[in-house]
Amino acid sequence: MEYGPQHEVAVEIGGMPIVVRTDDAEFRALLEKRYAGFLGASANDPLALDVDIIRPDRQICEEEELEVWSEGGTWRLERGDFRAEWDPQAGRGRLAQDFSPYAIDCVLRIVHSLIQAQAGGFLLHSASAIRNGKAFLFSGISGAGKTTISSLMPKDAVLLTDEISYVRRDREGYRACGTPFAGELARLGENACAPITRLFFLAKGPENRIDPVETPEALRMLLRNILFFADDPELVKMVFRSACDFLARVPAFRLTFFPDSRVWDLIQ
Amino acid sequence: MAETYIARSTAIAARMLGGEMMIMSAVDSTFFTLNEVATLIWQSADGRTPLSEIVEQKICQEYEIEPEVAHRDAEEFVSALSQHRILVVSDQPISDSSTGAQ
Repeated sequence: MEYGPQHEVAVEIGGMPIVVRTDDAEFRALLEKRYAGFLGASANDPLALDVDIIRPDRQICEEEELEVWSEGGTWRLERGDFRAEWDPQAGRGRLAQDFSPYAIDCVLRIVHSLIQAQAGGFLLHSASAIRNGKAFLFSGISGAGKTTISSLMPKDAVLLTDEISYVRRDREGYRACGTPFAGELARLGENACAPITRLFFLAKGPENRIDPVETPEALRMLLRNILFFADDPELVKMVFRSACDFLARVPAFRLTFFPDSRVWDLIQ
Repeated sequence: MAETYIARSTAIAARMLGGEMMIMSAVDSTFFTLNEVATLIWQSADGRTPLSEIVEQKICQEYEIEPEVAHRDAEEFVSALSQHRILVVSDQPISDSSTGAQ
């Protein structure tokens, strides 16, 4: 007789639940704390990730740097603190990791990136927020101002994330969803979703202004900021197509801002 | 002088967006934006039409440009894209099976 893992936690990000299964009760408690606000109900045939916690903590892979590659249709993910595989056809994966939230966090980002690449969406280095029922993305590399603009947000806006935005494609267009992937603000986003109205590329400056961005430049910047882990030609093509489709639907601008709350007067 | 034949690699992703042709190498993720003339060469790169014919029949017909200058610019453009394996170049006509990623 076969026994499955004793504990299950459904972590739902972007409306996509992944059931994390483990035998380790302490790890289950860690997951429930780490992803509070993003715990969903398990679907009938859920995506599932079986996690083996390796104790005591030790290096699991020799290679410290993250490596992601595809082998016979299965994605393999390795870093010093974890080793994982994900079968996109079956929607099942396995993960061996130390007892920490960092490895599972990284694996969930990658798995969601792979899922969205197939579905025309992507994860983006950007803050995002909902205001008046519309979602706005604020994209940029580290230091561009994602945390700053998030911290200046007015009370009538809902923070989706200050670090990694979840962009989903649906019949009507594109929606931004909250993520638990926090940056320097160390605050989880709200588990909410809204149609994306504008994409802003952030720049700090002496005054607040919005300028249009030519499409080639917008595409270049967007591709630079999409989370992209694998050196895989088919995945490159999918991400390129998704980025082009996105820019055909969502207008992109450069938002230069002086770091005070008045910048939000421009974001309605 | 030997003819040059050019074909679009299959290891790329390309899209006309905002009136400009954008190309990304699926091998090394290099990103290119082509101007109007380069786009015309790109679209004509069928592996069967010699580069000289593309320049004479399309570029020189369409734009007021000296043939010598057009040939030189086209060769430079083809050389740059072939280095990134975005265009496949040969002195023989190119079949579809020769344009994949290595």
